[in-house]
Amino acid sequence: MNTPIISIRGVSRHFGAFTALDNIDLDVKQGEFFSLLGPSGCGKTTLLRMIGGFMEPSSGKIMIDQKPMDGLAPNQRPTNMVFQNYAIFPHLNVADNVGYGLRKLRLDKAQFTARVQEALERVGLSGLGHRGGHELSGGQRQRVALARALIMQPKVLLLDEPLSALDKKLREQMQLELRRLQRAVGITFILVTHDQYEALSMSDRVAVMFKGRIAQVAPPQDIYQRPASRDVADFLGGMNFIEAQIEAEDALELKLASPLTGPITLARRDGFAQGLGKATLGIRPERLRILGPKETAPIEITGTLYDKVYYGEVTHYSVAVRGNTQPLQVAVTNSSGGPELAAGSEVKVGLDRSALVLLAP
Amino acid sequence: MGVIEGEGGSALAKLGNIKLSEAARGLALAMPPLAYTLLLLAVPILAVIYLSFTAREPDADGNMVMSFANYVRVWTDPLYLHLLARSVGISVIVAVITVVLAYPIAYFIAFESGKWRHLWILLITVPFWTSYLLRVLSWKIALGQSGAINSILLWTGLIATPFEGLLYNIGAVVTVLAHSYAVFAILPIYVSLVRLDRSLLEAATDLGDGAVRRFVRITLPLTQRGVVGALMVVMIPTAGDYVTPVLIGGKDGIMIANQIQAQFGKANNWPLGAALSVSTMLTIGFAALAILVLARKAGRLAR
Ligand SMILES: Nc1ncnc2c1ncn2[C@@H]1O[C@H](COP(=O)(O)OP(=O)(O)OP(=O)(O)O)[C@@H](O)[C@H]1O
Ligand SMILES: [Mg+2]
Repeated sequence: MNTPIISIRGVSRHFGAFTALDNIDLDVKQGEFFSLLGPSGCGKTTLLRMIGGFMEPSSGKIMIDQKPMDGLAPNQRPTNMVFQNYAIFPHLNVADNVGYGLRKLRLDKAQFTARVQEALERVGLSGLGHRGGHELSGGQRQRVALARALIMQPKVLLLDEPLSALDKKLREQMQLELRRLQRAVGITFILVTHDQYEALSMSDRVAVMFKGRIAQVAPPQDIYQRPASRDVADFLGGMNFIEAQIEAEDALELKLASPLTGPITLARRDGFAQGLGKATLGIRPERLRILGPKETAPIEITGTLYDKVYYGEVTHYSVAVRGNTQPLQVAVTNSSGGPELAAGSEVKVGLDRSALVLLAP
Repeated sequence: MGVIEGEGGSALAKLGNIKLSEAARGLALAMPPLAYTLLLLAVPILAVIYLSFTAREPDADGNMVMSFANYVRVWTDPLYLHLLARSVGISVIVAVITVVLAYPIAYFIAFESGKWRHLWILLITVPFWTSYLLRVLSWKIALGQSGAINSILLWTGLIATPFEGLLYNIGAVVTVLAHSYAVFAILPIYVSLVRLDRSLLEAATDLGDGAVRRFVRITLPLTQRGVVGALMVVMIPTAGDYVTPVLIGGKDGIMIANQIQAQFGKANNWPLGAALSVSTMLTIGFAALAILVLARKAGRLAR
């Protein structure tokens, strides 16, 4: 029951002397919406293409549905791909694009039309079947590519940055639609993206990659709130880093000291084998707040406001504090009319203990 | 230095300020090549057309006489009709053979040659650094009774007596023409293959196609323009070729161009030669049109 649909073991890929993927181990569960997230050039596409059979690993093993995939071409694998540029066949109309993979089955005309119609309806394109493949908008192309892949009823659908070519508004709408579609069809989706919001908002689990390695695999909340490393934290939106000293540890807790926060005690995280000594703590900007004159917080830090940027729904304040080279970034939601703060004024920044995350060195 | 630059700048600005509409500017740019084309292409063609409607002999006063007689002769005389049919037939066959042979070569260069691509393109053109005449003559040497091919076959003992049928027939003409025009077929097909978006091929494979199905459903339809272009580029000039038929064709292999040459030369019947030329142009134009229509029909079959 809980055997993974995709299981990747020790997969590496070299291009000449360059190592694009370095000893990847990864399991993807049946029916999961899984994202590969990472900066440009980290090897996301390479990994996806190896799952789809467009490229062979230099070493290692890929199993799909418990069958080894060594040497199998894309048309022999239970996967289908939505390409980054959608790869819509320009000489065929929408219906023939969507039904492309069905031709081999030699269905009779009525059956063929019915299945294509069903697929078009699923992606909200019914009535567009006769439109030429070269006469579509970006969003329509994306839907055709989706319908064309889903009609093959793959076990795994691979999507390589399917939304990156769309404008912001359409992208957000398609994110919701993709998620809804995935729930409806129950097929495992593997999505490649370099957009952290996309990965967070759509996925059941996210794998964050850097330089050909997987840094962390976890559900979106964990990735965001408890990033494993500084790199992961940084990639998923802003993070304040605070230098600290680990002074004592036992099986359950770590006792730290930092010039900024004073002594603090944190629960030990699983899998963190960190000795005594220097450590880095992370705090998300939105977990910090600017305290009014009469407010208090479990941890308070005083500093000087030296910059603020207004983004509409939030304002980002930079607060210079003693004992940290970087100013603290504080994100304040503009919900209630808080105090108007002028650059140069003294401010008190407050936070809860739970806002602090110990990061791997 | 600064002063000169300043002056240059202002002079350029003045030039840019001259108010020219888009169309007028386009026309101005197109004028020299247009004049050139008119002078060297349209005028001679019009002259030939005019000539084809004149009688061979002027009237008693020495004036030109207009007449349809040349066309009547071309389209009723079995000799000319036969030559015309043979020429167009040969050109179509040569075009098809050349394109069929050129496609795999273009495919190899576009897909398999990797970083040697440009070297391959260069190598393809190497034979064309020598003159057409020399190439045809070397084929004559290769195909002759004591030529290279027969010598090799005799030497290896595969045959006891040399083949005689290698030269001076239609087969020889087709072979030599196909070779001569190969590069003109390879290049347009190559260009269309290079432009073909590789992700379309990957998508076809992903959707279940093997190599052959993918070729028929995606590669061929999407490089159709290159193929049709290659067919035209080979067919149209070969129909009017006269060097190869003269040197290689023998009396069974002569083509319409040889007859046209004879009319303008030995026979000294320019109006008839002109009518033959115009008729050839029309016939080959019609054949080209037929191929275009057929290709479009075939393209619609792809699914
Ligand atoms: N065919 C290839 N030959 C040589 N190097 C390659 C090849 N394909 C990919 N690479 C290299 O491997 C690395 C990973 O490439 P990949 O396309 O997987 O990155 P990516 O994470 O998908 O990036 P992006 O977000 O920009 O698409 C890159 O540094 C790239 O230059
Ligand atoms: Mg990529």
